Amino acid sequence: MSTAANKDKRPPLPGHHMVLGETDKLRLDSGIEFGPFTLAYQTYGALNADKSNAILVCHALTGDQYVADDVHPITGKEGWWREIVGPGKIIDTDKYFVICSNVIGGCLGSTGPKDINPETGKPWGLDFPVITIADMVRAQTMLIDALGIDTLFAVIGGSMGGMQVLEWCKSYPERVFAAAPIATSFRHSAQNIAFHEVGRQAVMADPDWCGGNYLLEGKKPARGLAVARMTAHITYLSQPALHRKFGRKLQNRGAITYSFDHDFQVESYLRHQGKSFVDRFDANSYLYITRAMDYFDLSIEHDGRLADAFTGCKTRFCIISFSSDWCFTTAESRTLAHALNAASCNVSCVEIESDKGHDAFLLDEPDFHMVLAGFIEGAAESRGLK
Amino acid sequence: MNHTVSNANAATTHNDRIRVDLQLIADMVEPGTRVLDIGCSDGELLGYLTRTKNVDGRGLEISNEGVRNCVAQGLPVMQGDADRDLGDYPDGAFDYAILSQTLQATHRPKEVLSELLRIGNKAIVSFPNFGHWRARFDLMFRGRMPQNPNLPIMWYETPNIHFCTVRDFVALCAEMNLKIERSMVLNESGSRVSMDSHSGFANFFGNQALFMLSK
Repeated sequence: MSTAANKDKRPPLPGHHMVLGETDKLRLDSGIEFGPFTLAYQTYGALNADKSNAILVCHALTGDQYVADDVHPITGKEGWWREIVGPGKIIDTDKYFVICSNVIGGCLGSTGPKDINPETGKPWGLDFPVITIADMVRAQTMLIDALGIDTLFAVIGGSMGGMQVLEWCKSYPERVFAAAPIATSFRHSAQNIAFHEVGRQAVMADPDWCGGNYLLEGKKPARGLAVARMTAHITYLSQPALHRKFGRKLQNRGAITYSFDHDFQVESYLRHQGKSFVDRFDANSYLYITRAMDYFDLSIEHDGRLADAFTGCKTRFCIISFSSDWCFTTAESRTLAHALNAASCNVSCVEIESDKGHDAFLLDEPDFHMVLAGFIEGAAESRGLK
Repeated sequence: MNHTVSNANAATTHNDRIRVDLQLIADMVEPGTRVLDIGCSDGELLGYLTRTKNVDGRGLEISNEGVRNCVAQGLPVMQGDADRDLGDYPDGAFDYAILSQTLQATHRPKEVLSELLRIGNKAIVSFPNFGHWRARFDLMFRGRMPQNPNLPIMWYETPNIHFCTVRDFVALCAEMNLKIERSMVLNESGSRVSMDSHSGFANFFGNQALFMLSK
């Protein structure tokens, strides 16, 4: 199986691609042995001689491997965490070797439902196996193995990226020196599952989804995916942030039009968000990745005793939450921190005051940056990284 | 915010001096041990112990700002409350559980004390002595609640809700069968006063008290 997007008319995406699981396949939580498969990834900085300076950055639901690129190959914008990752930045690429891979099931170069199923010669569609956060992380371990790295200095990520961070620490604690799960939780809440279900139903209700076979039919469920993105986007912002940005301001007009046109700026903004998302994201990938998040619950294997998931874990943790994040609340972070304490782990837990909602982890938040920088520097000192 | 923290950092790194009363606590801690500092504020003591005594230190702090400042210095600290959050820590997880100038602000000081000695093999506790002559003077002659440089906040705003004297504390330790390993009283500038801390003199002249306890 080669890289993604065999039928895509775009030139292949820039960056590294690694074919994995050719001999030892990827064992998925669903029981399926999957492979070979491709992971697309970016690296920044250089790996040092003893391979002790690698930081794995894990991306969120709609993020990708282009964490710190100047220009994203599809959107043309800067990488999604360029505030944090780069030369002289908090995750300093002059000092650390930074790896970010597109998750399995994704649509930016790693194998996902839009790729060709070698058994049928057609796009996988809904025949693609259901993946979990643990599957994403297992795939990442194969990449890290292939890069010859034994222990990661740090694993860092926000939202779904934070779930991967926690999964790394639970399943491979000896391979993670420091971990920063940000704006995340050890499980997806009922409310979050509910919002994801609304998004998935919007995709599936679009006649152009064609039961998942839209690529074969030459169609694209753009309206459904746009609605899914619009709904999700509201959950990433806080009520005050949304009101501050838009209020009841009208869009390029002096008065309401007594119609269903986008009279309000906030409507116009959401439509734009939906539309631009469709250009860069595959609808079936959206279904699979949201499902992976829904299934995530680290306490489930331990009869609900979260602390037991981290027994003996020597990793140092810095859990960061944002006060106005209603997707992943500080209360959830505190539950996680208490469990880590109960497992005698080394844990910091900080709430950043911000009214920017869940998206705050992607934005310019000086207190957040100060905390993350201090944590990484402190860990680097303990690790003897200069 | 950024500036105050980095300045504070620079000051402590270049010149490892900490508040006198904190230094007395630090002197009680054996190097290379595990320490939980409850109510660690901006991490002055915790940072010092980490740097100079190679302790494996953790902090618990109620204010978000304090937690942020600690973590920004690389100290492992979490937001939490001595009354509510000590129950999560396993038995004997630390060699020392330190509670500096915080006992009087807790809702259930007795339970907090017993938690300290469940989590830590030893507890180091300091608190303002309400039996100090100035407190007695304020009450007796001024008829007002004590106010002094160590207790500067008016009664209606103070977080300090459970005051005790040195004698009260010693009596509580006896009631709880806690062993007083070491004790001292401090003057207004936080320096040690050389007198028997169980004495009436200490209770009269000691501005703050510092105890190391075990079970």
